[in-house]
Amino acid sequence: MWDNATIMMLIKETGTTLYMTLTSTFFAYCIGLPMGIFLVITARDGLRPNAIVYKILDVIANVVRSVPFLILLMLLIPFTRYVVGRSYGATATIVPLTVAAAPFIARLVESSLLEVDRGVVEAAQSMGASTGTVVWKVFLGEARTSLIAGATIALGTILGYSAMAGAVGGGGLGDVAIRYGYYRYQADIMIVTVILLVILVQILQFIGTKMSRKLDKRITG
Amino acid sequence: METIIQVKDVGKTFIGKDNRVEALKGINLEIHKGEIYGIIGMSGAGKSTLVRCLNFLEKPTTGTVMIEGKDLAVLPERELRQTRTQIAMIFQHFNLLMQRTVLDNVCFPLEITGQKKKEARGRAKELLEIVGLSEKAKAYPAQLSGGQKQRVAIARALANNPKILLCDEATSALDPTTTKSILALLKDINKKYGITIVIITHEMAVVQEICTHVAIIDGGTLAETGTVEEVFTRPQTPAAKALVFQNGGNHQQMKGKRCIRIVFKDHSSFEPVIANMVLECKAPANILLADTKDIGGVAHGQMILQLPEDEIIAGKMIHYLKERKLEVEELSNYVG
Repeated sequence: MWDNATIMMLIKETGTTLYMTLTSTFFAYCIGLPMGIFLVITARDGLRPNAIVYKILDVIANVVRSVPFLILLMLLIPFTRYVVGRSYGATATIVPLTVAAAPFIARLVESSLLEVDRGVVEAAQSMGASTGTVVWKVFLGEARTSLIAGATIALGTILGYSAMAGAVGGGGLGDVAIRYGYYRYQADIMIVTVILLVILVQILQFIGTKMSRKLDKRITG
Repeated sequence: METIIQVKDVGKTFIGKDNRVEALKGINLEIHKGEIYGIIGMSGAGKSTLVRCLNFLEKPTTGTVMIEGKDLAVLPERELRQTRTQIAMIFQHFNLLMQRTVLDNVCFPLEITGQKKKEARGRAKELLEIVGLSEKAKAYPAQLSGGQKQRVAIARALANNPKILLCDEATSALDPTTTKSILALLKDINKKYGITIVIITHEMAVVQEICTHVAIIDGGTLAETGTVEEVFTRPQTPAAKALVFQNGGNHQQMKGKRCIRIVFKDHSSFEPVIANMVLECKAPANILLADTKDIGGVAHGQMILQLPEDEIIAGKMIHYLKERKLEVEELSNYVG
């Protein structure tokens, strides 16, 4: 199995997996971060309580997360086709990955922001800070290490989802594992792809932990 | 003197899912420029809610709050925020930004009012000098002691040259020595910059130490207001009395049946033995009789004490007296 073509393919598909993971995490944060912020500030004891907005976001976050990713992938095929022009391949997979990850990320962001000391928020308000300033400088600033830890979790989960997308021709390492390992009984290639996936997760986790530690000033020394 | 804070008939009711809590009822308060005004009460009396009504962190359900003649309730949000920059606040748990250095914490209110970074840093350095923490500018709050954190909070509070400083239990998390130094700093600030200070506390000692005026809050209403001297020397209401004599005034009746006779000999009169015993055992003893007797040409003092009902305390008292080499004799059925 260790011919040049296979190795080149594995390298290329590792790149594809990273491309899918990073791009969809980015887009998912574009949706999930504001969504998480709105969940926190429109909550009953938030800065701008708004029961309707909160309920809508809350329901969306729960509904989307309760649909299994594989089903969501198929449900979204018409939408994906509309957005990227086709329903298979790495770029097409980014659409359902983003949709699936955004509410998950919203919840991660929400829980990170809820960890911020209410007293500090109150202090900022007492200084005359606007809601925007409180969100930007207090919530995001104080929760940054928790947000990074959350992003690390999100990346790992999305990487796993991207492998699942292989089942429907999504591209990347998951696709390789299914095509070679499952359909052609090439267990060795499957094992190699799994090892590669493990290594990717390890690297992402390592970087994430390192960054969040470095940025955390709550620990003395 | 010019009135800076006027509270008229303020009430605040919190409505929970299945209960209503009336935290404040009909509060009237007038605070003048340059005063150090103490608001004192037991936990749950509503003092923290009251102080939050002064900068509208809590909007009162009824009544008005006027700051320099401006009714906060009718101010548009932008102007309310503008006014808040003039009403600084410090807290029991300091509420510093944990992910920012001391210097950047002090810069924070200046960022809110839109000052240039360079100017803000210059001003922040000045303020740290005022509170005596210049050398900690680059440290993070987690590396500071409680007293130092409160000093940073004070520097931060002074950043926008406020007219009023609200202190919400600002010394309650600090040890007595640190409390003293923080109170001294507040007093200094009041004198130097003419900032009106409102202090919320449950400790009488804090009020005694620096306040000019005091309001006693009890069960959501103001029980008594006046100068510290007036209220302390002539407390009128039960709530005020309870706070001024913080042990409840010790009006309880003596119920103990055990009586002892003590005989003083030699030079034991230098030590205030009975007073010390009462302080040490934290319970009263009733002096039923005291006199001197001439025994063999030497004056011997004798005293008959009624001890508290509590056997342990009574035992402790007897032990205390015996340790001081006094003759102690238990009397059964002493009838005074």
